Amino acid sequence: MSTPIIDVRPHKRRELIAVLRRVLPAAALLSEQEDLRPYECDGLSAYRELPMLVALPETVEQVRAALAACREHGVPVVARGAGTGLSGGALPDPNGLLLSLAKFNRILEIDENNRTARVQPGVRNLAISQAVAPLGLYYAPDPSSQIACSIGGNVAENAGGIHCLKYGLTVHNIQSLQFVTMDGSLITVGGAALDAPGYDLLAFMTGSEGLLGVIVEITVKLLPRPERAQVVLAAFDDVENAGNAVAAIIAAGIVPAGLEMMDNLAIRAAEQFVHAGYPVDAAAILLCELDGVNEEVSEQILQVREILKQCGATESHTARDERERTLFWAGRKAAFPAVGRLAPDYYCMDGTIPRKHLAQVLRRIGEMSADAGLAVANVFHAGDGNLHPLILYDASKPGDLGRVEQLGGRILELCVTVGGTITGEHGVGVEKINQMCMQFPASALAQFHALKHAFDPDELLNPGKAVPTLQRCAEHGAMHVHGGNLPFPDLERF
Amino acid sequence: MNDAYDSSKELRALVCAAMHSGEPLQISGGGSKSFYGRATSGTCLAAHSHRGIVSYDACELVLTARAGTPLKQVEAVLAERNQMLAFEPPHLGQSATLGGAIATGLSGPRRPYAGAARDFVLGVKLINGQGEILSFGGQVMKNVAGYDVARLMVGALGTLGVLLEISLKVLPRPATELTLVQHRTPDEAIEVMNIWARRSLPLSGCCYDGDRLYVRLCGAGSAVRAAHDKIGGEVLANAHEFWQALREQRHAFFDGPLPLWRIAVPPAQPPLDLSGKWLIDWGGAQRWLKSDADAATIRRAAADCGGHATLFRGGDRGGEIFHPLAPELFRLHRRIKNAMDPKHIFNPGRMYSNL
Ligand SMILES: Cc1cc2nc3c(=O)[nH]c(=O)nc-3n(C[C@H](O)[C@H](O)[C@H](O)COP(=O)(O)OP(=O)(O)OC[C@H]3O[C@@H](n4cnc5c(N)ncnc54)[C@H](O)[C@@H]3O)c2cc1C
Repeated sequence: MSTPIIDVRPHKRRELIAVLRRVLPAAALLSEQEDLRPYECDGLSAYRELPMLVALPETVEQVRAALAACREHGVPVVARGAGTGLSGGALPDPNGLLLSLAKFNRILEIDENNRTARVQPGVRNLAISQAVAPLGLYYAPDPSSQIACSIGGNVAENAGGIHCLKYGLTVHNIQSLQFVTMDGSLITVGGAALDAPGYDLLAFMTGSEGLLGVIVEITVKLLPRPERAQVVLAAFDDVENAGNAVAAIIAAGIVPAGLEMMDNLAIRAAEQFVHAGYPVDAAAILLCELDGVNEEVSEQILQVREILKQCGATESHTARDERERTLFWAGRKAAFPAVGRLAPDYYCMDGTIPRKHLAQVLRRIGEMSADAGLAVANVFHAGDGNLHPLILYDASKPGDLGRVEQLGGRILELCVTVGGTITGEHGVGVEKINQMCMQFPASALAQFHALKHAFDPDELLNPGKAVPTLQRCAEHGAMHVHGGNLPFPDLERF
Repeated sequence: MNDAYDSSKELRALVCAAMHSGEPLQISGGGSKSFYGRATSGTCLAAHSHRGIVSYDACELVLTARAGTPLKQVEAVLAERNQMLAFEPPHLGQSATLGGAIATGLSGPRRPYAGAARDFVLGVKLINGQGEILSFGGQVMKNVAGYDVARLMVGALGTLGVLLEISLKVLPRPATELTLVQHRTPDEAIEVMNIWARRSLPLSGCCYDGDRLYVRLCGAGSAVRAAHDKIGGEVLANAHEFWQALREQRHAFFDGPLPLWRIAVPPAQPPLDLSGKWLIDWGGAQRWLKSDADAATIRRAAADCGGHATLFRGGDRGGEIFHPLAPELFRLHRRIKNAMDPKHIFNPGRMYSNL
């Protein structure tokens, strides 16, 4: 880092190319600047870095050999799926190898009777559900990015989706993993049964952000398509009422398939973008989806509409047909790009809070947004308290991104203060690494590092991500003490 | 709760003492599952004194309790608000604690349809092998900050740390439950359970005793009635007792001196060719076998179809109880053990002889 990059890299790169050529076909290695460029960032494009080299292996043996070679030469490795991550998890290491799993794009086996599919990590999330649709089955976790993101990336981030309130996150919907550790060992966790002997490493690997091993195969669980799904859209003239309605639905013993909320700025953006029929004057809308057996859905729709009314909904509509249901959801699913049209850039946050603090947290975010002079649109998985405040800004304005990062940091700290967490589903990556210092004390971070060493003693896999060093936290802590005005060291690159 | 008590300081002091002396600790909650795993020795660390419900907010669907809290108490508190632990943890004794349920990671009949113990754990507070009190995960539904140490603790049999507090996701109790019974051959039973599981049906239990297939439906009354029409079968009168007996291993099948094996297989796996008496639960995925066939034969049959076998009760408790792990996976287990408990003071040998 303090070594002048220009002097060392060409030499190191040549050395690494020579090493990897021995284990990978020439076509699987990219080293020209223009070939490296597409890999310089993930969905958090504010952070960019060129890797030293990109490898696109095609077989598990190649992954094993590449990792073992990198370990022998002390070369850092960053795994990459589809690059849709929003926390910089797949940001390359300038002195390392970027290992793309893009060629691992095959569905290996579909077991209809046991309701599982064995897939390679580069398979797109939606492709699984599409492949098993003729059997009446689907893969439940449905991140909004599901047309693009890879199942390997989903496992690495423990991705969630609109339906995870009822059907769980990635961790609840996978049954087995194969991964390669930095020394080239191939390890299988989980199995064909519902559980496996030993420690629950299936859960431990899930959400580990590519720091423990490179996932090369995944067995996912498949569920029967519910007989019926129905969505109710309700409008509120007060955000607090909408928050209370969320609590009231859950308190009534109903577990909706999805329970999403949008605030006024997000509603207007989405409505302009997809014309979903959202009430643009509402302070907030709720989308409540119920699914399952036909009769149960009918019964619960009535219950939910009654609750919404009692909680002060100014209007509520049940989608008349499948077309309208899809339209109601289209607005929600397109909320990010829609908000993206309101400003040159937006920054997506991902805190989770206990639901009961929803109204209070929204109010505070509103105040902080006003103080910072940056607009914030709110879109969230209300049913499980996962907020996605979208901060609008202009990256070309000097200092804007710095202010965004400060506001974002404050929002996350607010989430922790009310008993929540800095990330519900997007991961820590490079983005929230400083906030990890406020969520965890040094002793817990040290425990994380000890566990990391059990998998990767030389810290070569995705270094500098997800878990901050104690030293970094000491520095970040100092930053706080001095008023948060220090230049962010990470921001120099933009 | 008036018997709530925070004994974390005392427990931590005992851990620190063991750390210095190197004397291993045997962690116990209520002792209801002390038979489970390998027989070990060491100073007893009694966690049942650390008890009490720390917080419960029915609207949040989250309960946090100290590990020594009696499981009965947890379930009673939830029942008052018409909620439940959806993984139906087996108590296997009056004295069962929440900590023991999580450390063994066992789940009851609802497991294939609602999820396992590990699926409901949101966070834990624990004492690690260096005597530090640490918290992982949290009390919210979604949390990906840091590695998932909370779920790593589930089923680790106390070999990685002393559980102090556990936060769980809880669920509303279904409005209606109904159990239907059909007479089936073993092959038919397995087939039909898996056909049902591929359809949109409100299943919450599926068990076969060698003659009768029991299927439990749950949800809104209308949904259960509709499913009854689709599936057919006689309504079981004392259904609650049946499922309780199954969950608590009080069903007549579990009587008798032969070793009890738990065989976990892919649910649609046809009957295994092993001698002994069978009871099939979890829609085919968990099979109980009373048999004195030799361990190697049983383990091979389970492994051949992608599953694994546990010597659940009886047999040689000093030998290996759990299915052996592949060598590289076992080495990783040892390194994880070292990372959490470098002095090997927590339940050494309880899971595997060398762990
Ligand atoms: C518009 C938009 C909407 C989104 N909506 C959601 C949402 O609703 N829910 C949600 O959870 N996320 C959402 N995301 C975030 C993102 O799509 C998810 O985090 C996704 O899981 C990332 O998958 P990926 O294949 O793109 O992974 P990448 O971005 O390529 O990588 C993500 C991380 O996983 C690691 N990784 C990737 N593959 C492997 C592997 N095979 N082995 C080991 N490590 C690996 C990488 O090193 C990196 O740390 C959204 C993103 C966008 C752009």
